[in-house]
Amino acid sequence: MSGERRLDRRGFLARGLAAASTALLGGCDDLSDQPWVRRVLDSAETVTRVTQRALLTPEALAREYSEADLSREFKANGSTNSEDPDYVTHAKNGFADWRLVVGGLVDEPLELSLAELRAMPSRTQITRHDCVEGWSCIGKWKGVPLSALLEKAKLKQDARYIVFYCADDLGQTGTEADKYYESIGLADAFHAQTILAYEMNDQTLPIPHGAPLRLRVERQLGYKMAKYVMRIEAVDGLASIRGGRGGFWEDLGYEWYAGI
Amino acid sequence: MEKREVIYRHSGAVRLTHWVNALVLLVLLMSGLQIFNAHPALYLGSKSDFERPVMAMGAVQDGERVKGVTTVFGHAFDTTGAFGLAGDAENGYEDRGFPWWSTLPGHRDLATGRRWHFFFAWLFLFNGLAYLLWSLASGHLRRDLAPSGKELKHIGASIWEHVRLKFPTGEEAKRYNVLQKLAYLLVALILLPLMLLTGLAMSPGMDAAFPFLLDMFGGRQSARTIHFIAASGIVIFVVVHLVMVLISGVWNNLRSMITGRYVIAPAEDKP
Repeated sequence: MSGERRLDRRGFLARGLAAASTALLGGCDDLSDQPWVRRVLDSAETVTRVTQRALLTPEALAREYSEADLSREFKANGSTNSEDPDYVTHAKNGFADWRLVVGGLVDEPLELSLAELRAMPSRTQITRHDCVEGWSCIGKWKGVPLSALLEKAKLKQDARYIVFYCADDLGQTGTEADKYYESIGLADAFHAQTILAYEMNDQTLPIPHGAPLRLRVERQLGYKMAKYVMRIEAVDGLASIRGGRGGFWEDLGYEWYAGI
Repeated sequence: MEKREVIYRHSGAVRLTHWVNALVLLVLLMSGLQIFNAHPALYLGSKSDFERPVMAMGAVQDGERVKGVTTVFGHAFDTTGAFGLAGDAENGYEDRGFPWWSTLPGHRDLATGRRWHFFFAWLFLFNGLAYLLWSLASGHLRRDLAPSGKELKHIGASIWEHVRLKFPTGEEAKRYNVLQKLAYLLVALILLPLMLLTGLAMSPGMDAAFPFLLDMFGGRQSARTIHFIAASGIVIFVVVHLVMVLISGVWNNLRSMITGRYVIAPAEDKP
């Protein structure tokens, strides 16, 4: 066989393989867009959630680290500020006139200033922040346990989820409906390490990390931990809120249960 | 000349779990690379020291042109076209770790990559447990995979036979040889369980339920790095496995893994 013909055959094989893999991969990409495939794939989230819920007792704490473990540079991801006019005004004023609104399915709706939040019982924890992208940073957080807030507001019997509405406009559309929001179930809402942090690394929570208040849900991924929290609402379902999947990233296809 | 002998080589359970595993590992690898591409860098310890990754891929500007650069332990390699940079001058460049044809989906879509990865991770777990339980109960592990002391003693001879691409015939061909046994045991009992455990160690939920996962691997970021290395080990195994299947009688091998039937070549007369 001549060298030329062998090269031809090799070129043919290579092109064939390339074409076959393109078809195969294209097939997989098409599959990802099929609603029934999405439903099948998404079912894994339920299996994961039910399994982790069974394994995670209220006493199961995320690991707490020491001061020596703190990240030198804690990456500020997602939004690092808000251009919302109300937010800008509050930020200029050091959030002195800002109020956290707690409402929805509660007997006693609340409006609390930062000073009032700081006067409530607090918890300080050094924990690892795991981003869905794969990196981790360790930070020290001080804040009011969400459970204390919910007990003060007297959650109604039919409340199932706690929704957090934020000031940051990660959708970049400037509309209220594209602002960041998140939600968690009651198991996580009443967990000891679930706090609304107003301090990070012994400093007032900086704006890139969600000032004046950010959520910490230590047994889940970073995108659950809403920054720039303005309003908290207790609800009995998530379907009627925004995209209906319980959060900004969830509406874009990410898991609502982000324990993995 | 002896008569051609056909034996029943692989049981139904081995054949089924083998092919399920092959498909599952392919999807896990490709969706895993999609997830890796969301932050194409690896670290040691609990947290990410962004200044000092163990390995990182990315695009850098080099005068007029853009390069794909992969850094391993501080040593930078130009990997334009493979890692760190995709695309061309005409269609524009994209800063990405692994190329589009190796990821699922091909375009950048972490959310969908995670959906594929975790669905197939559950399939991997059930299939792997079924295989291990069956292997223990049926004696497959002890009978077919555990190497005997005698075999281990003669491992040198087996390596020499492999180097010369001489494959066993006759009675010898009815069993796995010692290198096969060790390779399969390494994958089934070490690399694949390691993938599962390091995967779980990356889950903040599982870390709260089982804190020893973090201590086992020296922190979440180390677990992520080990996950990547073990996956690379499996890729190397699969490449060697496929080459061996191809050069040691491809149709006979494939038939035996589909129908179970395997033709034994008559033993060569020893001089």
